[in-house]
Amino acid sequence: MTVPYYASAEQVMRDRSEYARKGISRGRSVAVVTYADGVLFIAENPSSTLHKVGELYDRLGFAAVGRYSEFESLRVAGVRLADVRGYSYNRRDVTGRVIANAYAQTLGAIFTEQMKPYEVELCVAEVGDRPETDQLYRLTFDGSVVDEPDFVVMGGQAEAVTGHLRQHFHPGMGLADALEVGVSALSAVSPVTAGATHGERTRLTAAQLEVAVLDRRRPKRAFRRITGAALRTLLGDEPTPDAVADAPATPAHAASVPEPGTPAGLGDPANPDTAGGAQFDEYDDHDEDGGEG
Amino acid sequence: MNDSSTGRSGFPPAYLDRVGSSFTDFLATAAPDLLPGRRPVPTAPVGDLAPHGTTIVAVTYDGGVLMGGDRRATMGNLISSRDIEKVYPADSYSVIGIAGAAGIAIEMVKLYQVELEHYEKIEGLTMSLDGKANRLAAMIRGNLGAAMQGLAVVPLFAGFDLDAAEGNAPGRIFSYDVTGGNYEERGYAAVGSGSLFAKNSLKKTWRPGLAAGSATRTVVEALYDAADDDSATGGPDPVRRLYPIVYRVDAEGAVRLTDAEVAAVADTIVTERAAADSGTTTREA
Repeated sequence: MTVPYYASAEQVMRDRSEYARKGISRGRSVAVVTYADGVLFIAENPSSTLHKVGELYDRLGFAAVGRYSEFESLRVAGVRLADVRGYSYNRRDVTGRVIANAYAQTLGAIFTEQMKPYEVELCVAEVGDRPETDQLYRLTFDGSVVDEPDFVVMGGQAEAVTGHLRQHFHPGMGLADALEVGVSALSAVSPVTAGATHGERTRLTAAQLEVAVLDRRRPKRAFRRITGAALRTLLGDEPTPDAVADAPATPAHAASVPEPGTPAGLGDPANPDTAGGAQFDEYDDHDEDGGEG
Repeated sequence: MNDSSTGRSGFPPAYLDRVGSSFTDFLATAAPDLLPGRRPVPTAPVGDLAPHGTTIVAVTYDGGVLMGGDRRATMGNLISSRDIEKVYPADSYSVIGIAGAAGIAIEMVKLYQVELEHYEKIEGLTMSLDGKANRLAAMIRGNLGAAMQGLAVVPLFAGFDLDAAEGNAPGRIFSYDVTGGNYEERGYAAVGSGSLFAKNSLKKTWRPGLAAGSATRTVVEALYDAADDDSATGGPDPVRRLYPIVYRVDAEGAVRLTDAEVAAVADTIVTERAAADSGTTTREA
């Protein structure tokens, strides 16, 4: 006769939490920061195809840290829920709250019912018509959902990044300023930037970052990735002549592909930064304006 | 369990299970009642009870492709709408025009738009133009039962091929039949009740390598000629300021021409026709 193994519920939950926390803390961090015109996603992610940030719906974006296969299946489920809802009701009836609730329920069920919890932390961001109506929902592995103001940091050294952001973040920053603040916060804890000369940390470069925005000024689909030359310009990186020659704005195959989020009728496939009717020069103007605000 | 809502345990299993990037395929497992092809087919012909859209034309030009449609929907001998829109952007680089049962056609366009956007979001890439044309064919095929009862939907699909080989025209047009047959057209195409007249018009006015302006004229003129001879196709309506809808798809994406642009072209055509006709119609009493 086998003696049933007993562990208190408390012990089981604690073990699972610890397991999930450990998994998440191994990964690199993602910061989701609000700025004057919407929400900015910054992820430390050297891969240009395995995204940590994605589009859910017209006004909704998704960011995640942890185990890729797990958050990718959650992302796909979120896109499906948003599309089914938008198709059977109306596009305006798809809200961040609905998606965040579904994630919370799913993560909660997996945490309590399955042996191994998901080692993920998610953020569902919704951009509104005005900065006050932007929403950031942070979801943790156990299904807790928190509505956070201003910014959300997830992953490896979230505490340290949060501390850094708390010092430098101002509501209503322009895109370039928000990016600057976010990137320096991530750079301050990243193992990649440590150990540079003179003990000074370097800053993460465009190649090590995945950046996207939900831009409230865009007509329908607000999500847009900022890649290649557009990102380098925004970061203020001076590209060396070699880098310019070596790095086309988009990879060879993707050049023929409009960025996801390009709304109908607008956008230049060769230049990801013009997609969506935003005039190219508006960035320059706007960032300077926003910086003062 | 209601699959389209989230229950106590969050996403229904289908949402998390299969890896697939087609929205239609996903609906077929998660919420099949939402698909147009899954409904019981009417047992008697109902063609005269449902509004029908009429003529759509598409032409290629040197920078891409143009598609235009008139504004009329008919129900038997009645005009059920004077300002219906029958040409829609399918995604950033393609447009779809519909002829046939308007209710089903518009639902199909809506589903098709979500299908393309869904693929784009899941895969992070846009589907190839041929892939888009094939997905549409599958949708038309699913409607065959309803088509036999007078609810046929026949679309015209056109897009800018971002993967076109050097030297090939980037603007491409695909036409369909009720069974889902998918045919790539050379240069120009028309569908709907006035398509015979529209095609005859295009045969005389369209040439390969036209510039955008002249190609727009051929589209509007073809619709004018179709309206001239087909009672179900509406001509330009200066009284209500209703003009055909024309979309242009080029390397920049799909844009709808403004009413003012189309009105200018239509007014020129009307004036020229009136001038040409003035010698023949007057008869001294």
